[in-house]
Amino acid sequence: MAEELLRKSYQIHGRDFDKAGETASDIKDILKKIGVDAGVIHHTVVIAFEAEMNVVMYASEGTVTFVFTDEDIRLEIADEGPGIEDIDLALTEGYSTATDQMREMGFGFGMGLPNIRKNADEFNIESEPGVGTKVSAVVRLDASA
Amino acid sequence: MKLTQIIDILDCEVLSGKDELSIDVETVVASDGMSEILAFAHPGALMITGLTNIQSVRTADIANVRAVIYIRGKRPDEKTIKLAEVVGIPVLATRLGMFDVCGILRERGLKGGM
Ligand SMILES: Nc1ncnc2c1ncn2[C@@H]1O[C@H](COP(=O)(O)OP(=O)(O)O)[C@@H](O)[C@H]1O
Ligand SMILES: [Mg+2]
Repeated sequence: MAEELLRKSYQIHGRDFDKAGETASDIKDILKKIGVDAGVIHHTVVIAFEAEMNVVMYASEGTVTFVFTDEDIRLEIADEGPGIEDIDLALTEGYSTATDQMREMGFGFGMGLPNIRKNADEFNIESEPGVGTKVSAVVRLDASA
Repeated sequence: MKLTQIIDILDCEVLSGKDELSIDVETVVASDGMSEILAFAHPGALMITGLTNIQSVRTADIANVRAVIYIRGKRPDEKTIKLAEVVGIPVLATRLGMFDVCGILRERGLKGGM
């Protein structure tokens, strides 16, 4: 069993575009201080940032839970929001329901969930329409390549 | 290529990171799509974008971008420049457009991310 060494939770507010990304930045600082491999940090913070942006863009409230163990990094991003009707479609590169305003901000190219999946060693998404979405991802500490 | 050289060639204004201009960059990622930058930037890349909101600097930080150039004379607001100072990413602005900036840097030997 992996031993849990550190756990931190962050509250994310929907539509708070100014703060979006602070969670991923904080996680990056923590992992840098610990001295984690640069590739592992990169995978982890891309996942955190894309998931955080999705909560900001689509949901009303969310929580990012970051867990650091002696074997891996676990991220769980759970939100209260509209949920996702068709998860396979949402995972398709290029699919996006983002508004023009979000696109003008540089988001909404339909690459977020695919980016998350590509950077994770384990990935899971569950969603209930009208209730919310939960994305879980694991990045192994020994799989930096 | 040294960032100072790039500043000369593109006639850039330095908006943040005045003390960190001696760095070297070899690859460039050019896009207005933040997810694209996250997916394709090589660590240490120079980022060229027309997007000047605070997310541009956050994306640069998350993607391990070494410096940012805003094109077409666009300038970010104060809080974005402040964030760039905090995360230690030099931020520059040029009047040239995307095509010209990329063409000029490509000609001088900088490479894309792919
Ligand atoms: N947390 C979420 N809540 C509701 N819908 C979501 C959530 N995350 C993603 N989606 C849906 O999945 C689509 C694809 O997401 P993503 O791959 O991140 O691309 P983008 O955010 O650029 O649209 C979104 O446009 C949205 O419709
Ligand atoms: Mg997204």
